[in-house]
Amino acid sequence: MNWTSLRGPKLEVPAMPGPMAARAHLAPAQDRGRLAIQDLSIAYGEGAGRRTVVERFSLDVAPGEFVCVLGPSGCGKSTVLNVVAGFVPPSRGRVMVDGEPITAPGADRGMVFQQATLFPWKSVLDNVAFGPLMTTGSSSTAEQTARTFLSLVGLAAFEKNYPMELSGGMQQRVGIARALANYPRVLLMDEPFGALDAQTRAMMQEALLNIWAEFRTTVLFITHDIEEAIFLGDRVVVMGASPGRIVADIPVDIPRPRSPEDHFSDAFVRIKRECFELIRAETMKAFEQQSGMAARAAG
Amino acid sequence: MSAADVVEPSAPLSRRARKWRLGRERALTGLTVAGLFLAWLLSTHYGLVNPLFLPSPAAVWTAFVRTATEGYQGSLLHEHLLASLGRVLTGYVLACAIGIPLGIVMGLSRDVKAVFDPVIEFYRPLPPLALYTLIVMWLGIGDTSKVALLFLAALPPLTISSMQAAAGVDPRFVKAARSLGAGKAQLFRHVFLPACLPGICTGMRISLGFTYTVLVAAEIVAATAGLGWMIWDASKFLISDVVIMGLFVLALTGVALDFAIRRCERALTPWRFR
Ligand SMILES: Nc1ncnc2c1ncn2[C@@H]1O[C@H](COP(=O)(O)OP(=O)(O)OP(=O)(O)O)[C@@H](O)[C@H]1O
Ligand SMILES: [Mg+2]
Repeated sequence: MNWTSLRGPKLEVPAMPGPMAARAHLAPAQDRGRLAIQDLSIAYGEGAGRRTVVERFSLDVAPGEFVCVLGPSGCGKSTVLNVVAGFVPPSRGRVMVDGEPITAPGADRGMVFQQATLFPWKSVLDNVAFGPLMTTGSSSTAEQTARTFLSLVGLAAFEKNYPMELSGGMQQRVGIARALANYPRVLLMDEPFGALDAQTRAMMQEALLNIWAEFRTTVLFITHDIEEAIFLGDRVVVMGASPGRIVADIPVDIPRPRSPEDHFSDAFVRIKRECFELIRAETMKAFEQQSGMAARAAG
Repeated sequence: MSAADVVEPSAPLSRRARKWRLGRERALTGLTVAGLFLAWLLSTHYGLVNPLFLPSPAAVWTAFVRTATEGYQGSLLHEHLLASLGRVLTGYVLACAIGIPLGIVMGLSRDVKAVFDPVIEFYRPLPPLALYTLIVMWLGIGDTSKVALLFLAALPPLTISSMQAAAGVDPRFVKAARSLGAGKAQLFRHVFLPACLPGICTGMRISLGFTYTVLVAAEIVAATAGLGWMIWDASKFLISDVVIMGLFVLALTGVALDFAIRRCERALTPWRFR
């Protein structure tokens, strides 16, 4: 695997065909990719079984900003992301990208999942070309775009392979390239490195920062790994559980470009401690609530 | 025995080990065939069995040459073969053209499934011959009724496997495709169809095999050509060399058909054969 290629000379990211043309890395989109989540509440179920999973969640993400959402398991991180993606309708509040309210899934919001959901029946190139093919309808344009983004993630040599022939980390990089190939306003990532081993994950974090430095798009990144959130994000949003809500919004004042050494800087350790204590408190609270409910159910 | 001694069935073998193993398997297969042939040759040569029931290999070969050049009951061997293949393939292709789309729709819509599932599940377990009597009453004894029986035999494996394949498409693929901007038609073409193909291919193989086994039943009544008919007719007159020769041709044709459909499978779903 050639990780160093990611730090090579700057790649030319071609302009997006059509009216939304943007020389992404040359002119970081200052006006494109503003995400506004306003007073969002989400409930699942009907009647007596109805349960509020996320309550009064508000978040503003500036164009080109990298925001990490951190929280204990089950606090509703994926649910929030699914609302932004357009898969789950909010029960209250609204989500807007560049002022347009979200009603359905769309190519303007790219998604990267925990398991790379590459299409096994398409070659690596065709996987990455899928988005552009859907939006432009031209397979030659789509392939050209796909090649650019495969180079961006350092996998140009694997374009003819099938996803199964790639390692987990490589598949996830293809997944990132596939999401980026649509020139999304917002990139939504749901624990994309959660299934990888520790070494590969560290590599992927660096690779992602390099890609993002090149192709600045707004990123909403979900994780339950505190160090990952701090290393990647401009801000770390900490969520509490039952119901899911924001308990802290911590700016990460570590300069970019970042290196693995930053894990040991004072700022990093300080933020890590803060996040750790917040999450611990939230987890305890949730645990007490659950055992309280269990006791009441038993009594 | 330590854990390291245990050979895992899924453990990848080295190239050489695999080659050797394949060679051994081929040798064993070859030995079995040769052994059976030898037993046949010897038992007929020394008169251990009545040639009326088991003619010698030479007699079967003579029957083959005779039927291929002079014909049996007015048709040459390849005409019998083509008549049979024509019926099988007509019924099978028709069943594919209807059964696969029907199965996919049944997998996607519970309402459509509720309409067609009971019909297919009702006639599926019926013995083909029993079904055939009714079809002959309805459609007469011509080729139409034969093709209809083969069609009905081919249909259930196709619809059932297509239905299961369509219902089992991983929703994460659908989610990914939709967030990449795929509309309904594109979703069907780029996600549902290829995701279903492996299951459909399995159904196509099972179906072809089953259709082929129904062939003899379809040709018993009022045919004048066809491998199944030839065997049936020859058996009535105890012409056992033609019967055995016909069985060999049927078997080899069946193997060839299966080989052809495996080739199709490879061409249709190349990602599974890397
Ligand atoms: N489709 C659904 N129907 C009903 N409840 C759901 C549904 N999806 C999620 N939930 C519930 O909503 C809550 C939040 O789920 P969510 O998947 O958003 O959590 P998460 O923060 O992503 O957790 P994890 O870190 O484990 O991925 C959970 O209690 C879950 O049981
Ligand atoms: Mg989740």
